[in-house]
Amino acid sequence: MLNMTEETEVVDETIRIRIENLNAFFGKTQALININLNIPKNKVLAIIGPSGCGKSTFLRCLNRMHEEVGGKIKGKILLDNQNIMERDPVELRKMVGMIFQKPNPFPTMSIFDNVTAGLRLNGFRNKKKLQEIVEVNLTKAALWDEVKDILNQPGINLSGGQQQRLCIARTLAVNPEVILMDEPCSALDPISTAKIEELISGLKKNFTIVIVTHNMQQAARVSNYTAFFYMGELVEYDKTANIFTRPKMKQTEDYVTGRFG
Amino acid sequence: MIGTLYYRWRKIKSFIMSSLCFLSAILALIPLFIIFYYTMSKGLSSINWAFFTQMPKPAGETGGGMANALMGTGILISLGSIIGLPVGILAGIYLSANRTTMFARAVRFLTEVLNGIPSIVIGVVAYIIVVIPMKRFSALAGGVSLGILMIPLITRTTEEMLNLVPHSYREASLGLGIPRWKTTLFVILPAAFKGIFTGILLSIARVAGETAPLLFTALGNRFWSTQLDQPIASLTVFIYDYSKAPFDDWNRQAWAAALVLIMLVMFINILFRFVTRKRYA
Repeated sequence: MLNMTEETEVVDETIRIRIENLNAFFGKTQALININLNIPKNKVLAIIGPSGCGKSTFLRCLNRMHEEVGGKIKGKILLDNQNIMERDPVELRKMVGMIFQKPNPFPTMSIFDNVTAGLRLNGFRNKKKLQEIVEVNLTKAALWDEVKDILNQPGINLSGGQQQRLCIARTLAVNPEVILMDEPCSALDPISTAKIEELISGLKKNFTIVIVTHNMQQAARVSNYTAFFYMGELVEYDKTANIFTRPKMKQTEDYVTGRFG
Repeated sequence: MIGTLYYRWRKIKSFIMSSLCFLSAILALIPLFIIFYYTMSKGLSSINWAFFTQMPKPAGETGGGMANALMGTGILISLGSIIGLPVGILAGIYLSANRTTMFARAVRFLTEVLNGIPSIVIGVVAYIIVVIPMKRFSALAGGVSLGILMIPLITRTTEEMLNLVPHSYREASLGLGIPRWKTTLFVILPAAFKGIFTGILLSIARVAGETAPLLFTALGNRFWSTQLDQPIASLTVFIYDYSKAPFDDWNRQAWAAALVLIMLVMFINILFRFVTRKRYA
């Protein structure tokens, strides 16, 4: 058998987030057990694993959203060598943005207001600057051309795929450094999925991305690194190519080849 | 053969039950039609421009209006709203934000209890806490009693409407680094606005028809008054007084005022339909 510590190290990369002995709980149930993992800077890390394995919980620990639903976190999550558990969650979430499974643009806001929500609600009022930010971020989210003439229409009038890109633009507008994506394509059709995946490839130049996905092809397509979770534990963590072509653990192999999960 | 007989009997039973249901549905509407018929036939003739613009005439003289009662009801509802809306909405927000704490459960239960207390009892309470210290009946006391009646209604609808807003919007907002209170105020509350507004309208419609608590508090007034520390007229007390008066003209005016009150409540209900029309689209 192979040594776990060897394979959970990502050696050649600049580390953005260092996770040490992370345990997460829902009441008395333990959702994550002793996770040690380093997230490399400006790369895409995919988290895969069967339902209930703790992928989403892991993601939601990284911006302390886990605590919003009554969860508890133990252990260290070091972002730039500072433990995020000691930071103000509101400040943290400006640095660590999140995209959700189901597109969730604010229903009472226009496209323009959706993109600028994070800034406006935190007191940023410069109209001209906001207009610039809307254009820049909708362009980054590959949505600008489709919506530039309807910025005042409600965000929920867009199609599902467009809504998800709107949510990405909304997250980018806050100028985060890390972006967490919780199965961002699972509610989308294949064309929209392709667009989002393309977007992710572009974004990793400037952002550290962690994406939870049920779709192994997607993990293989978009990520540089892949972590396989099972029953709350990190089973294997390696370069994506290695996970899918020559996994070291039996469980990983069974999962990626579709034998269980 | 037995089969056909059985099915025929089944069809007869079905017909009887359906007819009973239909008849009951008609029966349920009959009181409403009777109310409409009587208020229309007895009140409509007394409704004219003067009825809305003039003051009550002294006993014995015919004519006159209920301008003061209309104004009074408006003032009383406004006062009730000033007290009931902020307390109810904020309490609703609190309950929605702290769904499972012991305190929230207790408050939720107590608002239900408050909702079930007869309005006359609330009138007596307003009498004790406002009228007695002030040593006079007043619009303010009436407003307090209506406000107390509105609080549980508004609290519950606000809470329920906020709970209906999908959790994902809250998460989206928190995920952007927007603090909780701003999330509630600028994301969740606007999303629930229609429902809360509906609750407000319905609670106004409910208190607009209250008489008992006003008898102990606002008392009624035959003269024009907009002073909050003085007794004030209201449509319901106007109806109460005029319907038991020994003058035909007054009785007619009571019917007319009842008609106006029904129209007012119906208008609020139609407004409510209009506001909620697109909610499930």
